[in-house]
Amino acid sequence: MQKIGVFVCWCGSNIAATVDVSKVAGAVKEEPDVIFASDYSYMCSEAGQLMIQNAIKEKGLTGIVVCSCSPRMHEATFRKAAQAAGLNPYMVEIANIREQCSWIHKDKEEGTKKAILLAKAAIAKVRFNEPLTAGETPVTKRALVIGGGIAGIQTALDIADAGFEVDIVEKSPTIGGKMAQLDKTFPTLDCAACILTPKMVDAAAHEKIRLFTYSEVEKVKGFVGNFTVDIRKKARSIQEEKCTGCGACMEKCPSRKTGNEFNERLDNRTAIYIPFAQAIPNIPSIDREACIHFKTGKCGICQKTCGVGAIDFDQQDERITRKYGAIVAATGFQPISLERFDEFQYSKSPDVITSLELERLMNAAGPTKGELVKPSSRKHPSDMVFVQCVGSRGESCREKSYCSKICCMYTAKHAMMIRDKYPDINVHVFYIDVRTPGKNFDEFYRRAVEDYGVDYRKGMVGKVMEQKDGRLLVQASDLLTGEQLLLHTDMVVLATAIEPDKSARALATMLTASMDTNDFFTEAHPKLRPVESPTAGIFLSGTCQGPKDIPETVAQAGAAAAKVIGLLSREKLLNNPQVAKAEERLCSGCSGCSKVCPYGAIDYEVREIWDHGVRKTRRIAVVNEAVCQGCGACTVTCPSGAMDLKGFTAKQIMAEVDAICR
Amino acid sequence: MREEILRISGVNPLKCMKCGKCTASCPAFEKMEYHPHQFVEMVQNNHITPLLESESQYYCMSCLVCEERCPRGVKPQKLIEAVQVLKLRASEGNRLKPQDVANRLDPSLPQQALMAAFRKYSR
Repeated sequence: MQKIGVFVCWCGSNIAATVDVSKVAGAVKEEPDVIFASDYSYMCSEAGQLMIQNAIKEKGLTGIVVCSCSPRMHEATFRKAAQAAGLNPYMVEIANIREQCSWIHKDKEEGTKKAILLAKAAIAKVRFNEPLTAGETPVTKRALVIGGGIAGIQTALDIADAGFEVDIVEKSPTIGGKMAQLDKTFPTLDCAACILTPKMVDAAAHEKIRLFTYSEVEKVKGFVGNFTVDIRKKARSIQEEKCTGCGACMEKCPSRKTGNEFNERLDNRTAIYIPFAQAIPNIPSIDREACIHFKTGKCGICQKTCGVGAIDFDQQDERITRKYGAIVAATGFQPISLERFDEFQYSKSPDVITSLELERLMNAAGPTKGELVKPSSRKHPSDMVFVQCVGSRGESCREKSYCSKICCMYTAKHAMMIRDKYPDINVHVFYIDVRTPGKNFDEFYRRAVEDYGVDYRKGMVGKVMEQKDGRLLVQASDLLTGEQLLLHTDMVVLATAIEPDKSARALATMLTASMDTNDFFTEAHPKLRPVESPTAGIFLSGTCQGPKDIPETVAQAGAAAAKVIGLLSREKLLNNPQVAKAEERLCSGCSGCSKVCPYGAIDYEVREIWDHGVRKTRRIAVVNEAVCQGCGACTVTCPSGAMDLKGFTAKQIMAEVDAICR
Repeated sequence: MREEILRISGVNPLKCMKCGKCTASCPAFEKMEYHPHQFVEMVQNNHITPLLESESQYYCMSCLVCEERCPRGVKPQKLIEAVQVLKLRASEGNRLKPQDVANRLDPSLPQQALMAAFRKYSR
């Protein structure tokens, strides 16, 4: 017989306002095996934990039920407290009477009734709990960072500086990401390349960092501390070890009609190309879709030109398998497609551009060498209109529901820089709200208005029309004056919403990391564990978790690195002992469970067993406890009921259901 | 009056984020005293009498561009239409009753006309 103690938490007024906690404590005293029940204002506090520990010692409790918040919040807290008092931590059950009861109900009587039922279910379960002991597994002391933008680079550098090996996998031919495309960075206006490229060089030169550029993660197996990852290194058609990066091949390449992705397709690049001068590695790749040799079998000029014979048209994709202890997602963002925003004429007029395109137009290394011109005529503009919140903060199918966060600041930056360099250009900004929280951010925006004379108008642009004279007519509202404005302008710049990179969804599936409805990675706790995924061993860095600017990205990248370092510096990790176990007398060796196991944790062995007094030889499932994650897929698959999850046995679950239905 | 307009239109003006896209897009702006975004704001603030008395409501061409482009799905045109209906009902009274319809049925009368008559002449 068990001796069970029940502890009901008020959680201040969080629970006590909707649930009569003393009534719950009173009601469960009659339950079988319960010898003690009490309530307290904050069970998780030191005094609350002490109360539990004292009861365990004084009453000799063999199992406890804490009626409180979600087990995701404090199960670990109470297990630790119980363990300190000499009770096996797996003899603790949580009845979630906050998230699943008090927070979602208004009626106190109903809430109390439900809380009592939840408590009774937990008591019924804990009666069948058995003490469990966690095993240990070693930690592979190497981290994988997926994405080579500023987030990935910073995370990798921080981990490597702590002495651990790091691999960066970047899908494009160079690291650097979106930040490499930017001109200046707010609010200090230092040049993006000047602060990013040294970091890129550091990452490439670091003895602990290995770069896999033009590569993608294909398969992830394993669990925290012991991931096995397949990386596909796409064929560059260049032998990397031979190439000197001289660039002669690019000069001679006759295929020059492919949109240059790095310049947001404002100019063209060759089929064999290095994305930009400071790219790392400084090795070209051949775009096989554009290459004349791959299309017709002819040409081959680059091969003839190359002095070191590095061009290899027959190169194949390479598959590399590596082991890691931790994985960091740093997959970044992309601007949304503006296909559905017909009213701005983005697809029709070359003079309607996105803010990222403007970055390239103003960059000294961009297609115009930094001279701001109308893309259509290459002439100097006299009027420019900026439109904020394009695709952000909306509810229709073409918009994102969130604020993209960075647009207010970069629009102020663009407007200020244009007015500074070309005081003759009139700059109008249409805004809904100007949101500039951050150190020196609002001051920056005010400077654009007060010192640089940028014309900010509260209102939205309704539509943009192309005029016969090659200019654009912008129809907009000014809500403060109550006017509808018609502005003749030369260029329109759209502050386009950002969304997670399209590769993130497939990656999340491989990592079994959860995402929100917008495909941003979900953090383990929005306030207390912001850089960890709920999936153990997976960490989040940069805009893959939510919109953020460069300072925030770098801060989060460092935080993610700190968490990874904390994990990798441990010699061994405690396993979750709540894993599957096959009952040998029931198992028929059908292999059903091993087929559904996502972790490959189930093997079979032929064993001699006693079955009703008869010695038999049978093929039986055996669970590798270090690999099993306790998902339970096998238990529901097993046709003979031989598979059970320790801590969640069929008997325990049925007891819970019975307690509620009784 | 506010509740009546919200009921007729099915619009929730609290969804408005006051961006002014509706008014920026409105082709009838010049003719209007009160503009689409003001209909939303004034209905929300229960400041409806001026809207009923103004001619602005009749200049709406029901082109639905405000509804099409509103990022929050507010549908200002539906509010303008509701103001029109409210005005009409006040002047014409509640004179079409369901039980009268059977006697007036005419096979050549389109169903839509009946629906429209109900919307205009009954509460």
